[in-house]
Amino acid sequence: MTFVNWLKRNLVVIAGLLTLAYLLLPNVIVTVFSFNKPNGRFNYEWQQFSTDAWKDPCGVADMCGSLALSLQIAFWATLGATALGTAIAFALVRYRFRARGAVNSLIFLPMAMPEVVMAASLLTLFLNMGAQLGFWTILIAHIMFCLSFVVTAVKARVMSMDPRLEQAAQDLYAGPFQTFVRVTLPIAAPGIAAGALLAFALSFDDFIITNFNAGSTVTFPMFVWGSAQRGTPVQINVIGTAMFVVAVLFVLASMVIGNRRNRRKA
Amino acid sequence: MSTLTEAPPPLAPAAPEKKPPRKRGRFTPYWLLLPGILWLVVFFALPMIYQASTSVQTGSLEEGYKVTWHFATYWDALSEYWPQFLRSVAYAASATVLCLLLGYPLAYLIAFRAGRWRNLIMILVIAPFFTSFLIRTLAWKTILADGGPVVGALNTLHVLDVTSWLGWTAGDRVLATPLAVVCGLTYNFLPFMILPLYTSLERIDGRLHEAAGDLYAKPVTTFRKVTFPLSMPGVVSGTLLTFIPATGDYVNASLLGSADTGMIGNVIQSQFLRVLDYPTAAALSFILMAAILAMVTVYIRKSGTEDLV
Amino acid sequence: MKTTDATDRGGDVRLSGISKTYGSFTAVHPLDLTVPQGSFFALLGASGCGKTTTLRMIAGLEEPSTGTVHLGEQDVTALPPYKRPVNTVFQSYALFPHLDIFENVAFGLRRRGIKSVKKQVEEMLDLVQLGEQARKKPHQLSGGQQQRVAVARALINHPKVLLLDEPLGALDLKLRRQMQLELKRIQTEVGITFVHVTHDQEEAMTMADTVAVMNGGRVEQLGAPADLYENPQTTFVANFLGTSNLIEAEVDARSGDDIVVKAAGDKLILPGGRSSAPATTGGKVLVGVRPEKIGLAHADEAGSIPEGRNRIAGKIVNTSFIGVSTQYVVDCAACPEFEVYVQNIDRDPRLVPGADVVLHWNPAHTFGLDAAQDIDAGVAEEEAA
Repeated sequence: MTFVNWLKRNLVVIAGLLTLAYLLLPNVIVTVFSFNKPNGRFNYEWQQFSTDAWKDPCGVADMCGSLALSLQIAFWATLGATALGTAIAFALVRYRFRARGAVNSLIFLPMAMPEVVMAASLLTLFLNMGAQLGFWTILIAHIMFCLSFVVTAVKARVMSMDPRLEQAAQDLYAGPFQTFVRVTLPIAAPGIAAGALLAFALSFDDFIITNFNAGSTVTFPMFVWGSAQRGTPVQINVIGTAMFVVAVLFVLASMVIGNRRNRRKA
Repeated sequence: MSTLTEAPPPLAPAAPEKKPPRKRGRFTPYWLLLPGILWLVVFFALPMIYQASTSVQTGSLEEGYKVTWHFATYWDALSEYWPQFLRSVAYAASATVLCLLLGYPLAYLIAFRAGRWRNLIMILVIAPFFTSFLIRTLAWKTILADGGPVVGALNTLHVLDVTSWLGWTAGDRVLATPLAVVCGLTYNFLPFMILPLYTSLERIDGRLHEAAGDLYAKPVTTFRKVTFPLSMPGVVSGTLLTFIPATGDYVNASLLGSADTGMIGNVIQSQFLRVLDYPTAAALSFILMAAILAMVTVYIRKSGTEDLV
Repeated sequence: MKTTDATDRGGDVRLSGISKTYGSFTAVHPLDLTVPQGSFFALLGASGCGKTTTLRMIAGLEEPSTGTVHLGEQDVTALPPYKRPVNTVFQSYALFPHLDIFENVAFGLRRRGIKSVKKQVEEMLDLVQLGEQARKKPHQLSGGQQQRVAVARALINHPKVLLLDEPLGALDLKLRRQMQLELKRIQTEVGITFVHVTHDQEEAMTMADTVAVMNGGRVEQLGAPADLYENPQTTFVANFLGTSNLIEAEVDARSGDDIVVKAAGDKLILPGGRSSAPATTGGKVLVGVRPEKIGLAHADEAGSIPEGRNRIAGKIVNTSFIGVSTQYVVDCAACPEFEVYVQNIDRDPRLVPGADVVLHWNPAHTFGLDAAQDIDAGVAEEEAA
């Protein structure tokens, strides 16, 4: 009876944890199989434990090159999308202007559009213009689809910002530029950082749009895609695991530092 | 206190002549908007127009294409690929429902029951993003492998008999069946359901639960009458964020499915990148866009959350 | 310590015909106002009366639609806020959340290129008794402390005028009383012109030398607090500042400086000098008297009321005991809800609801208002605020 009651009360917790397990299971598999020594070209079945791949992560032709390219594109796309998106977000929150509705729709639509549609139409444009597909077309496409997400993230932050803070700065002899640098930007920074982080993740992990507009250039997701047809090297799992671990450690470290700083101040 | 009564330091001198009433920064918003909006117009809106024009062109790769207002392309594309369209909508809808069913308890858990574990669970929901989704999707090949523990268990429990009868799986295989594709779609878009759900649940004042309980509502009734209605904005944006990308996806169908589970994304991709039949590909892409915009509009109207966007 | 003298009028604020319209809505009607150097000036009114807009036009945060703003001899109308020698204490303070207290206070000095700010900031923090908190962030301080930081951050710049926008609105009652005295002390100490916007009439009267009561984008009346209270010129001021009993009456006759009026059969005397209404015989007038000026006698004791006092008969309908006084609501023929506050010195046990009473007061405490106004103006506003 008490067990049934306990079950009733914690049903939602159990269901939630099961979902969490579902979400994390593939990462566990990726990690475990980074220590596999597969028999054939594909790394789908467990054979035997080995650290070969970890010892030689760049041992596969072209993989680390594609990784470097992806990081490079993600960096520039983040920079571009964050700059353009932050400007739009400020304009939308802080100013009244004509065509506001049109601008809002133009921001919203890329997020409500299946990637394959954007990818296909952008390719049509590039083909019509006779553009050389490669690094630049990928970068253009990435800035385009990251932009809306940056706008959304920054807008949320700027909207929750008290406009009186900027008025107070002006009242205290800060001109428009000083006000922006000393007050607006530092306060909006968490929103901008969130937008930039999102843009980086989206760009780095994008496959569909890149696949259409890359020509013969190969980014990391495209390398993984290709290897799914030709044969999956264990090194893919090594990279996947390493990125997961680095990300989790990074977040945990920033949380610990944040906690300690708060505690010291209180 | 002497510093306070000293003469104030000199400020910028006042303009002696009368200036017209100042209009501070009237053009500022346009300068801020210009680069970003230009980018979106040139690389998002303009391509849509190019695509629309391509879809009514005829010709060949060698001789070049001309606009001939050949609307028959649309008809041909639809009549040939309607099964893929239907499949896309069916798979995406199934995945969306599954995401809602799986994601709601987890979002609820994080919002109300996690206590000091909240941040950790949050990190665990987001962290998988940092591993390329293609690598994670490939992991499902291992999980659902023929003769693997998952398939074995489903077989022993006779679940596969039921799903085979429904046409979701084939024999004692899960891989290369609709079930595998839907499973992959659900997995890939689950965080996009959980995050908006969590955001709207987290805003609900915990005292509302107590108030509902105080007013004779059982926990289930409290959920049905208070919590769920208040989380509607999260449900709506979560389903949109799941359904839209799932409809256009072709990665899961390619990696986990078979030729019989092709979705519309697969067709568009192969027409564009392999067959090089640009008008057909453009027409398909245009139909997909129109269909999704129509469905989304109706859905938003129905759910009464137009202020969402 | 005050720098006020005949030659230094740099802290005068002179508004000439300034107004503010938003589309078809007029927030402030053309307004002329002079706030003398070194005074503590309050703009008092309900929300939406235009007081904050007026303040923001002085600060430069709002452009006037017409008119000019002068500080001393300098026309600052065209100057942006960061070029005006004026500082503001914002509603809910607007402290910069990303800067600590020290940097918040130093902000204005640094923006004007002053390098060595340490000594000044520390002195300023001492003035507002926050020397210990210099390295905390705003959210770590209590409401009252944040309020003092906001004052320090503005005052350190030696503004010619300090503007305060509902500076105590976010504080609880007890702290508000304390900060009222504190602000008054600081103002006396530094001798800077303070312009204070508030909806709290007690706050305005406690702190300010001069109060301007605003209503519907216009200044209704301007004067020293006691003067406004004793001699309201409009029903709005009479009702918004404290409570007034207003009786509709008719002018009966004049006897010397006094006007004799009739209200529902009772004859009342109104000093001619205290009436802002035209006193033609047979004309209407509103007669007012404050609740604390009135004596309350049981009907049996009516004979013992001295001659020459205004008197009205009525019946008690409600009493409430609030410690220092007892408030009675009396139903009279001339006024159905006559309010009377009686100090609790000797309480007459017969004064309970239903008792017949006679109200009486010194005719000198009576004021007259123009009857062509809304008798309830300013009543609801005070409750809403």
